[in-house]
Amino acid sequence: MKKEIIIKKNSTFPCDVAVFNNIQLKLESGYILNNFQINFKTYGKLNENKSNVVLICHALTADQFVADNHPITNKKGWWSHMVGPNKPIDTNKYFVICSNVLGGCMGSTGPKEINPETELPFGLEFPAITIKDMVDVQKKLIDSLNIRKLFAVIGASMGAMQVLQWAMDYPEKIENTIHIAGALKHSTQNIAFHEVGRQAIMSDPNWHNGNYLEKKTKPERGLSVARMIAHITYLSEEALQKKFGRKLQSRDLISFGFDADFQIESYLRYQGKSFVDRFDANSYLYMTRAMDYFDISDSFKKIMNFNLENNQHIHHCIISFTSDWLFPTSENKEIVKILNQSGKKVSFTEVETDKGHDSFLLDEPEFYRTISGFLGGNFKNT
Amino acid sequence: MNIKSIRKDWELIQKLIEKDRTVLDIGCGDGGLIKKLMKDNNSKAQGLEIDGNLVRDSISSGLIVVQGNAEKDLDQYNDESFDYVILSQTLQAMNKPKKVLEEMLRIGGKVIVSFPNFGHWNVRAQLLIKGRMPVTKNLPYSWYETPNIHFFTLKDFQEMCNSSNIFIEKSIGLASSGKQFEIENSLLANLYTHEAIFLLSKKKYEKIKIQDKQKIINPSRIRVV
Repeated sequence: MKKEIIIKKNSTFPCDVAVFNNIQLKLESGYILNNFQINFKTYGKLNENKSNVVLICHALTADQFVADNHPITNKKGWWSHMVGPNKPIDTNKYFVICSNVLGGCMGSTGPKEINPETELPFGLEFPAITIKDMVDVQKKLIDSLNIRKLFAVIGASMGAMQVLQWAMDYPEKIENTIHIAGALKHSTQNIAFHEVGRQAIMSDPNWHNGNYLEKKTKPERGLSVARMIAHITYLSEEALQKKFGRKLQSRDLISFGFDADFQIESYLRYQGKSFVDRFDANSYLYMTRAMDYFDISDSFKKIMNFNLENNQHIHHCIISFTSDWLFPTSENKEIVKILNQSGKKVSFTEVETDKGHDSFLLDEPEFYRTISGFLGGNFKNT
Repeated sequence: MNIKSIRKDWELIQKLIEKDRTVLDIGCGDGGLIKKLMKDNNSKAQGLEIDGNLVRDSISSGLIVVQGNAEKDLDQYNDESFDYVILSQTLQAMNKPKKVLEEMLRIGGKVIVSFPNFGHWNVRAQLLIKGRMPVTKNLPYSWYETPNIHFFTLKDFQEMCNSSNIFIEKSIGLASSGKQFEIENSLLANLYTHEAIFLLSKKKYEKIKIQDKQKIINPSRIRVV
C-alpha cells in the first residue's frame, strides 16, 4: 500500500483537494484514520520566498469558500467583504488558504463521506474530531504544499480555537495570529446551547441513528431547529430588538394561531430552512462536539510559559466584540492575560458593536481596519 | 488628553531610558512615544491604552498595544517584566493614583511619571486672587469637565514617595518657558515647575527595621550611668 499525497482539482466543487493515501493520522481520541482528504481553496499568489501565506480557519458552519460564490447556495462567500483584492485581507498582497475542516461536509473527510472499509457513508461510525485534529490536518496540508511558514493564521469563533491550537502545537510555523471572538474553553452555557441543537437533530425521526443517507432522507426539521437556536446566540438582544422589534410579518393583525406572525419568527425559519440545503446534520453533531471538547485553559498557560524559544517571535492579535455574549470580551481577555504573563507579543482590542457574535461576518469598519492594519503593519516589518 | 504632536516631556523621558530596554507605556494614546522609543532608543516597547480607537491606530501601525484600564488591567503583567514603565500625564486622572504607582513599580525595574504641577505660581495665583479653580495651558479644563480628578503639587508627590518607600532617582522640572532644570526640594522648584518628570524605583530594603536594629545594638546609644 503506497503512501502518497495527491493534490488535484476537486471534481464536485470548484476547489482543490489534497488526498492522503495510507498516511496514518492518529486522532486525539486514539482512532487512526489511514485515508483522508481535505478540500481547500486558495486566493492570491504565493510570492517568491513564500512569505505571504495567510491561513484562514473557518467557524462552525462555514467552509473553504471564503471569498467567491458558494457552489451550493450560489451566494457570496462567508468572508467576501474581508478577503479579496484591496480588501482587509488583500489578495493582491497575501496568498490565502482556507481548508474545509476534518469532519466538515464540503468535501473533506467527514461523516457524510464513504467509509472505504464498509463502502457506506460513515454516519456515526465516523470518529470524534477535536480542534487539535483539525489543526493537525491543516499542518499536513501546509506541509504538502511545501509551505514552511505562515505569515498569519486567522480565525473567528471555532476558527479562533484553531488559531490557539496552532500557536500551541506548531509555533515555529507561524509568525502572526489573529484570534477573533474565541476563548480558552467552550463555556457551560455554550455547551448547553449545542446540546439543545443536537437533541433537536437526534429526535428528528428522519435522523435514523445517523444513517439517514442510506435511507435516502434527511433530518431537515431537526437540523433547522438546531440552526434557529444557534442563530439566536450569534446575535444580541439589542440587535434583535432594533432589527425586528415586535413587527409583524406580511400581516396587519396577529392570527391567533402558530403561523410566523412576527418577523423574527419568519427570519429564524428562513435561516433554519436555508441551512439544511448546505449542511449535513451529522457533521453538525461532530463539529459542535469538537467545540464542546475544546478546553486548553491549563495547557495553553503551561505551553506558553514553557516553550520560551520557539513561540517568542509570534505577534498575537486578539479581537473581541462588546455585544458578543457567546465569546465575551472577558474570555478573550483571559488569553491576553496569559500571553502577557508569559512575555509574549500580544495586542488586544474590543470593537464596539451591537451585532453580537456574528459581528465578525458583518461590515464593521473598525474591525476591518484592525485586521488590515495589523497584517499590513507586520508585513512591512518582515 | 490625546495630543498627537510630539510633546515636550517625551524628549525628556527618552533621555532617561538607555538603549535596548524593554518599556511599557501606560496610557500610550496612538502609540507616538512607543514609536519614538523603538526608533531612537531601540527599545522593545509596548503599550496599554483605554481608548479603543487609539488602540486600533497603534495596532494598525504594527505596534504591540493592549486595550485596557491602568487601574484594573495591570495585573496581567508579571513582577519586573519591563525595564521601564511609563505613565505620562495621566496620574492625576486616576481614581487611585498611589495604587497605580505601586503596580507600576511592581512591573517595572524603573518607573517614569510625568504630571502637571498644581503648585505652580500661576495656579496658586488664580486660586488666591480670582478665588476660582485654575484653568491654565497645562490644566485646560473647567472643574466640571476635567478628567483630572486628583490634583497634587510637586511637594505632595515628593512626600508621598518618601513615605511610601519609593526612591526618587531623578526629578526634572519644566518651566512654562520650556526651560528644564533638576528639581531640588525647594519652594522655588514647586513654584516654577509647570510639568514634572520623575524617575522612580522601589527601595529594596526596609529602612525602619534596620534603624530599629541599630538602636538596640549600637553601644554608643547606651548611656552608662
